[in-house]
Amino acid sequence: MGAALHQVTTTGQDGRWLRGAVLAALLAGFVAPIAAGLWQTGRAAFGILPAIGARAPSLDAWHGLLAVPGLATAVRHSLVTGLCATILSLAIALGFSAVVHARMTAIQSARALAPFLAVPHAAMAIGLAFLLSPSGWIARAMAPLAGWEAPPGIASVNDALGLSLTLGLVVKELPFLLLVILAALTQIPVTRQMAAGRALGYGHGIVWAKVILPQVWPLIRLPVLVVLAYSLSVVDMAMILGPTNPPTLAVLLTRLFFAPDIQMLLPASAGALLQLGLVVLSFTGLLLAEATARHVGRWWLRRGGRGLSSEPILATMTALALILAALGALAILTLFLWSVAWRWPWPLLLPESWSMRAWMSAQSGFGRALSATLILAFATTALSLILAIAWLEGEDRYGGKRAGWAEALIYLPLLVPQIAFLFGLNLLFLKAGLTGGIGAAIWAQVLFVFPYVMITLSDPWRALDPRLDQAAAALGAGPWRRLFRIKLPVLLAPLATAAAIGVAVSVAQYLPTLFMGAGRIATLTTEAVTLSSASDRRITAVYASLQAALPFLAYSLAIALPAFLHRHRRDLRGGA
Amino acid sequence: MSLDLAGVTVRLRHGAALFPPLTLSVAAGEVVTVMGPSGIGKSMLLDALGGHLPRRFEMTGQVLLNGCDVTARPAEARRIGMLFQDAVLFPHLSVGDNLAFGLSQTVRGRAARLARIAAALDQAGLAGMEGRDPATLSGGQRARAALMRTLLADPLALLLDEPFSKLDAGLKEDMRRFTFAHIRDRGIPALMVTHDPVDAQAAAGPVIEMTGP
Repeated sequence: MGAALHQVTTTGQDGRWLRGAVLAALLAGFVAPIAAGLWQTGRAAFGILPAIGARAPSLDAWHGLLAVPGLATAVRHSLVTGLCATILSLAIALGFSAVVHARMTAIQSARALAPFLAVPHAAMAIGLAFLLSPSGWIARAMAPLAGWEAPPGIASVNDALGLSLTLGLVVKELPFLLLVILAALTQIPVTRQMAAGRALGYGHGIVWAKVILPQVWPLIRLPVLVVLAYSLSVVDMAMILGPTNPPTLAVLLTRLFFAPDIQMLLPASAGALLQLGLVVLSFTGLLLAEATARHVGRWWLRRGGRGLSSEPILATMTALALILAALGALAILTLFLWSVAWRWPWPLLLPESWSMRAWMSAQSGFGRALSATLILAFATTALSLILAIAWLEGEDRYGGKRAGWAEALIYLPLLVPQIAFLFGLNLLFLKAGLTGGIGAAIWAQVLFVFPYVMITLSDPWRALDPRLDQAAAALGAGPWRRLFRIKLPVLLAPLATAAAIGVAVSVAQYLPTLFMGAGRIATLTTEAVTLSSASDRRITAVYASLQAALPFLAYSLAIALPAFLHRHRRDLRGGA
Repeated sequence: MSLDLAGVTVRLRHGAALFPPLTLSVAAGEVVTVMGPSGIGKSMLLDALGGHLPRRFEMTGQVLLNGCDVTARPAEARRIGMLFQDAVLFPHLSVGDNLAFGLSQTVRGRAARLARIAAALDQAGLAGMEGRDPATLSGGQRARAALMRTLLADPLALLLDEPFSKLDAGLKEDMRRFTFAHIRDRGIPALMVTHDPVDAQAAAGPVIEMTGP
């Protein structure tokens, strides 16, 4: 009898088809547009933009860019704030995680971080601007001590050094990095290695630095690059907190793109390439620093120094983390207060009279922005979830082999600065007559929502006990029934978390909505950013409060809904 | 009913076979025990027979149920039941719904299905526990519920992967008697993998010693 080779998992065919479809969707929907957007931007940077009559290749765009007043300062602002914010949040996150890790479970810390992750950058920035401004809470609290009769004349927001912008970035990026680090730590037997290291005479902090961190780094490298790229090219937060004249490069470019003179599109495109260059340069710098640190680290490790005195550093990082968390919380609180304040004279700590007038008068405006925001959030989250589930299910059916290169692709939209390809993309859409519609905005947001949904969902999905699926198959359930009756219900909690993150990311999007909506789609975020430079704090506070409340609501639902539905299912409670 | 293996072996894709080809026949109601050192691929054998083999492995040979070749079928179309070390009850479903998930679709009508489930729970000493959270059952109760869930699917053969190893000593004896009695009564051919010689004795069927290639 000839030994017959059998494809035991015939569902593999099905899986291959599903995976192929997902990959095709990613290539067509993600990679191709980003590449095409970069290509268009690049062409315009070298003088080719037929839409405005520029047809001959030239370096005029670059000359034009160099002639923009304050360009060098803008570049410096971007580099200083971006690099400082990244380094600071990384250092604080690494130090703080050493302390938190021993005291909280991964789930507890994820819950504690959720509200900070949920608040959109713009809302946090507006809250911080309120808090830090000379007439803000901090100055009011200090007034009796410092003897200030009136708000002090200090530029504590929009300062020329970019300190307030750096602070804002750190407040937002620190929780993200903490979450990523704590997730990475669950993959390392920290407790045992810590015990082994301490038994050899090394202090807690030194074991952390010499043994644990080198193992954590490869797991968090990519998210750190995401933070770096984001911090270098952020627009909404920089508009609200950053230096003003000149602003950071990304803000300067956004102004050029939307300048009334369409000839400015050419230097703006050159600037977008410059922005991309800054990010690439910083990535290279970070990777060089990594190589150096590895070298120096080995030398340090081999010397065998026990150095017991690292505890003060950990304590400092912990204190900084707690201060930043407090600032973030106060910033959000101040937003809500301003939205219901009527008379709030200096230097009172609480408003003298309260009113819902800001909410009433802004109603007609925010009603439209709110519904646009909700539609976008719902559509992008649903699309991203379906895509992520299709991807992971395809992987399961195909036999659980993970495609590393495909996973790296997920990060692509988060690593390329938005402004570098959004403009070119906008041009393509204009040509196709697709711009300005809600469809274009939905699609542009999915570029950024999907990666986060996918990253959140993939670990719990892959950690699901494969025997549940096998047991169901042995009982005669086909692949679709197993997916809908077993896997998805068991994974309800992580699915809800992923959806909440999707909503949070969608609500926070500024630049994609602005570019792809061609300025015609007003969301809470675009309105809040526009209003932040206007005079009435109360109206701004209404928009920013709503903007912060939506993701917060989504997170609360994500925790409450599975807890309620599974209240009689002990094994599913307490899952992330 | 019968389960036949014809030259079955498992290998890593493009690798060597984990064990020499296995040819055997399990008669209705008979329990064949497979023993052997850890890591030889006993569980892999069961995965291959049930259609649950991870993709990096492949199987050679044929699996016949009542003379019908099921080798090319996916797990859900083989009608081969599987009992694991842990009960692997679905954590999001009540005990009753776990059994309902297993119950063959040939039983039609809400009332008839509920009655079958109630009867099965009764047989397992779990009468009236339809609404219970599986996590609140004791180890023995869970094992009996899992067996009932598997039997309600009307399997043509049964695979047992160290089914008693996680139970307390006292429970083991009961559970063995309970399980093997059901297999005999229903005339299902069964293949059991175990480390425990007492399991093999209680199964009272042929014992196969697996060795390396």
